[in-house]
Amino acid sequence: MDAPAPYIHWGFILISLPNFVLICVMVLLFVAALVAPFPSHGPKEPRDE
Amino acid sequence: MSDDGAPVTIDSTVTAPQSVADDETGWTASVRRRVEKTLPITELLPTKQPAYIGSWVYVFGVVTIAALFWLVISGVVLAFFGSAWWHVSSVGHFFNSTHFWSVQMFFIFMVLHLWGQFWGAGWRDGRAKTWMVGVVIFSISVGTAFTGYVIQQNFDSQWIAINAKDAINSTGFGGLFNALNFGQMYGLHVMLMPIGVTLLVVLHIIQVRAKGVVRPIDDPFQVTP
Repeated sequence: MDAPAPYIHWGFILISLPNFVLICVMVLLFVAALVAPFPSHGPKEPRDE
Repeated sequence: MSDDGAPVTIDSTVTAPQSVADDETGWTASVRRRVEKTLPITELLPTKQPAYIGSWVYVFGVVTIAALFWLVISGVVLAFFGSAWWHVSSVGHFFNSTHFWSVQMFFIFMVLHLWGQFWGAGWRDGRAKTWMVGVVIFSISVGTAFTGYVIQQNFDSQWIAINAKDAINSTGFGGLFNALNFGQMYGLHVMLMPIGVTLLVVLHIIQVRAKGVVRPIDDPFQVTP
């Protein structure tokens, strides 16, 4: 736990591995939220006008 | 009992709060008229939402609020018992960790909520102020997290505070905002900043309730300015 995190160095991009993994997980979570079906309760209501 | 001995019946239609009449004057009537117009109870606590709300993207905001709730609860406990407790006792470690992981969840889901609103252009159709309040909440949250990192009372917080002191000195604000002044950082972190964030989150929710959730960009019923 006390050791410094490994870093990814790609051109001008320098980011720690934990931060990179976290951002990747967030992107995956965002995409999953867009495509995953949302549970609905009962019949769908008509559009709010 | 009335004067003639007959039982008094209360007419609930008279005693219940009435909508304010147009001809009523005074600041209370004025405020009530404005609140009833801009935020009727049907908008404040709606029982139905448009079909496009049925997406996990709209869950990110409320998860952020849930994280803020646990942040405040765990923060109150930490403030009550102090650093000598949160660093040495097992229960203190638990609440310290709860506070830490709550802030991780708070920022992760706030950013996911931000992405959803950015790519959905959530500021459309008169919702610019809602977006702007969100920006301010994000900015104050960054400051709140920073002041939290420098008051942990461990070597990590000392390292962060020393580096921050150099960085903030270079901006010219080092005299006003002193990262090495524990009292200032602690006061900002446990008092001013969380109160500011919480009040603005309440305002943000009221704004969302008042205007409703923005329609999708490709909605055929889109309002054109």
